[in-house]
Amino acid sequence: MASAREEILRRIRAARVPRAAPVVRGYHREGPGGVELFAERVADYRAVVRTVPDVPEALKALAGKRIVAPAGVPREWLVGGVTWLREPLTTEELDRADGVLTGCAVAIADTGTIVLDGGEAQGRRALTLLPDYHVCVVRADQIAGSVPEALQRLEPTRPLTFISGPSATSDIELNRVEGVHGPRTLEVLIVT
Amino acid sequence: MARNPVTWLGSPTFPKAAHTALADTQLRQNLRKATGTIRARRAAAVAEMTDWEMLRVAGEQIKDDVLARLDTLLVQLEESVTARGGVVHWARDAEEANRIVLDLCRAENAREVVKVKSMATAEIGLNEALEAGGVQAVETDLAELIVQLGDDRPSHILVPAIHRNRSEIREIFQRRMGVEVSDEPADLAEAARTYLRRKFLTTKVAISGANFAVADTGSIVVLESEGNGRMCLTLPETLITVMGIEKLVPSWQDLEVFLQLLPRSSTAERMNPYTSVWTGVTPGDGPQKFHLVLIDNGRTATLTDSVGRQALRCIRCSACLNVCPVYERTGGQSYGSVYPGPIGAILTPQLVGDLTDPQAASLPYASSLCGACFEVCPVRIDIPSVLTHLRAEVVEAKGRTAESVAMAAAAWVFRESSRYEKAQKAGSLARFLARDGRITSLPWPGSRWTSSRDVPAPPAESFRAWWRKNRG
Amino acid sequence: MKVALFATCLTDTFFPETARAVVRLLERLGCSVEFPLDQTCCGQMHFNTGYREHSKPLARKYTEVFGGYDHVVVPSGSCAGMVREVHPTLGESPPRTFELAEFLVDVLGVTDVGAWFPHRVTYHPTCHSLRMLGVGDKPLALLRSVKALELVELPGSAQCCGFGGTFAVKNAETSTAMLADKMRCVLDTGAEVLCAGDNSCLMHIGGGLSRLRAGVRPVHLAEILASTEEDPWRATP
Repeated sequence: MASAREEILRRIRAARVPRAAPVVRGYHREGPGGVELFAERVADYRAVVRTVPDVPEALKALAGKRIVAPAGVPREWLVGGVTWLREPLTTEELDRADGVLTGCAVAIADTGTIVLDGGEAQGRRALTLLPDYHVCVVRADQIAGSVPEALQRLEPTRPLTFISGPSATSDIELNRVEGVHGPRTLEVLIVT
Repeated sequence: MARNPVTWLGSPTFPKAAHTALADTQLRQNLRKATGTIRARRAAAVAEMTDWEMLRVAGEQIKDDVLARLDTLLVQLEESVTARGGVVHWARDAEEANRIVLDLCRAENAREVVKVKSMATAEIGLNEALEAGGVQAVETDLAELIVQLGDDRPSHILVPAIHRNRSEIREIFQRRMGVEVSDEPADLAEAARTYLRRKFLTTKVAISGANFAVADTGSIVVLESEGNGRMCLTLPETLITVMGIEKLVPSWQDLEVFLQLLPRSSTAERMNPYTSVWTGVTPGDGPQKFHLVLIDNGRTATLTDSVGRQALRCIRCSACLNVCPVYERTGGQSYGSVYPGPIGAILTPQLVGDLTDPQAASLPYASSLCGACFEVCPVRIDIPSVLTHLRAEVVEAKGRTAESVAMAAAAWVFRESSRYEKAQKAGSLARFLARDGRITSLPWPGSRWTSSRDVPAPPAESFRAWWRKNRG
Repeated sequence: MKVALFATCLTDTFFPETARAVVRLLERLGCSVEFPLDQTCCGQMHFNTGYREHSKPLARKYTEVFGGYDHVVVPSGSCAGMVREVHPTLGESPPRTFELAEFLVDVLGVTDVGAWFPHRVTYHPTCHSLRMLGVGDKPLALLRSVKALELVELPGSAQCCGFGGTFAVKNAETSTAMLADKMRCVLDTGAEVLCAGDNSCLMHIGGGLSRLRAGVRPVHLAEILASTEEDPWRATP
């Protein structure tokens, strides 16, 4: 008997689906972009968004908290008065942390999205998932205008997480409620 | 061949199921409220996009290209996933897929697994199969959890518990979680968070579906809102992803279309809160064992139908359910399938593959052909055309019936104007049944009309009679 | 301009006043109207119910009867949609066929047809005119130009009335539930007249309103547009 793989492939070929027309990409590839649009769209998700000239100054508000800092976070972000938690961290330790501070790989102005790719200042995916508060620093030059522009800047084989606001659900009467399993507070600091 | 579990065993035909659903005023109220809300929100989310129609066209074309090159692309996906440390499995039908997943769970000694909402696993009845094999599947999506804890069936693709309102959800949570909770949505969400937290932190095996799989990179994409998906895709040691063979896109760039179409069409957001993309296994980040199970389960049979195959473009957004006037009245469970609504009416009978099955054969008729579904479909599936196409197949499968005899007679009359005119004259005698210009009661099958509507009395003179007299 | 009228089997048989109104209206606008007596039915009921093979000879017949005309006008969005969208899939090349409002606005280029209709009217855009043909606001533009007519917006107007051809019989209860909501919206407007461009939908909603003895009259768009001060619309008994 043929393997499932061989049989499925045989059935597909037997269906003789005709060649499709070439894809017409008539949609917009680029968005207007900009810090203002990005900030407005992030705020629409009921995330906290602040445009700050100076990251360390803005992070002083974290004093007294236990905050996860992934590898590659710039030294000057690690302000005094905060208990910075560094890897290796167990799942339990992450679960008990007050929050996590990261940078990002790319942001998208059109949709108010930040994208993490596990690179510098982002760490593995669990770091930004278990703590209930996530503060993400976005540099103005990291903001792509549109979804197509953002995808072009990303390396697809890295583990990617697109984040648009705090965790939410539309499962009760199809209306959006913020705060389920992921961080219930998302704060985005835009550095200009 | 085993029956396809996409439909629930023993489900009545659509009109019979609708009869029960229509009598449930609470259900009607819940659905009216929820679909009304999402319709308005979706319209606003789409109106913002000046290039929406171009995105729809591109979405349609990319998916058509996938269907045309499905064999090549699947082999390419298999190669890319394997190269990145994943293991690919193929399953011809539900039974084979369930066996593969159960064996994988057993190999990890898992007694309990966490699950991300997945239509593919619902379609194959995976939870039931795992339970029979001694493995408990815990649904972690809020709506799936409501359905699971309520021993209920899903009624919507995106929000399986759409038929439940907040106070019903509160009652289910209190009964099954043993907690006191208010009916505020935020409190209900909090209750789910607390209930599932330990499971996320300790469970070793997770099962997910996939919204998209990128053939050239081997990347798998899951869109979600709550973070339960991220939990399942990140924390366990082993991840098993079950997906239909049609969920492919050829390249990474193609996602730029679907990441715009899907969130606005489904939850009416510019972007859903979380989208996860992973490719095979990443050392030091996430599950270190990854299995991808590709299922056919009626898809290749659907692919052979030149009209019906467009149903395989579906990206499971549920926009068609939300705008459907029939769905709004009857709810999803009336369709007797994990795929309800307009898309279910065309996809379910094709996956079942047997139009002599009265339940499956009733689904293409569960539509007034109003076309609202086609209008909103992000990949331009012409659902009304597929419905009439499948109706023709149902008629053929049924052979000679009272209806087919009547239809043949009517067609015979219409083929010649002389016969038509004679019938018209004979029919006009019905005006003697009328009082005050209306007929309130006709014998069967006309009684199905006159049960709720009058029929106008035929006039003494047809238009053609008037024309002949005055203009002829 | 020479125009052929395809009355549709339903209007020819049950609603002759609509077809007479089309003739009066088009002649008033300077058209010469012909009614080929060999016409019967577009085959929509057969096609939509799954009797595709039976619909083929009817589509054929339509092409034969109307093939010689440059413009065919149909007082039904649904039948016009059948001809334009479906007949080609049955192997026909039908002549240029227009729903009435489309013909008036797009071909004749008029929105004010000189009508007079002193009633409170609400308009239901039928599904096929809206979504198959894309008639859009044309009927509303025509109604807004009618003298003495008070137009009131119908809430939820784009939602189907539940007719759907044989759907109304095969899924009678669901159809009735849709109808009930549509009637509630119509009654909420306080209109005396419910207008639409399709007698099939009007027969459905009108049949429901008649059962309720609601007193709202279903009137085809053609009859409103044909009505003038000199020769006003009169309710058929």
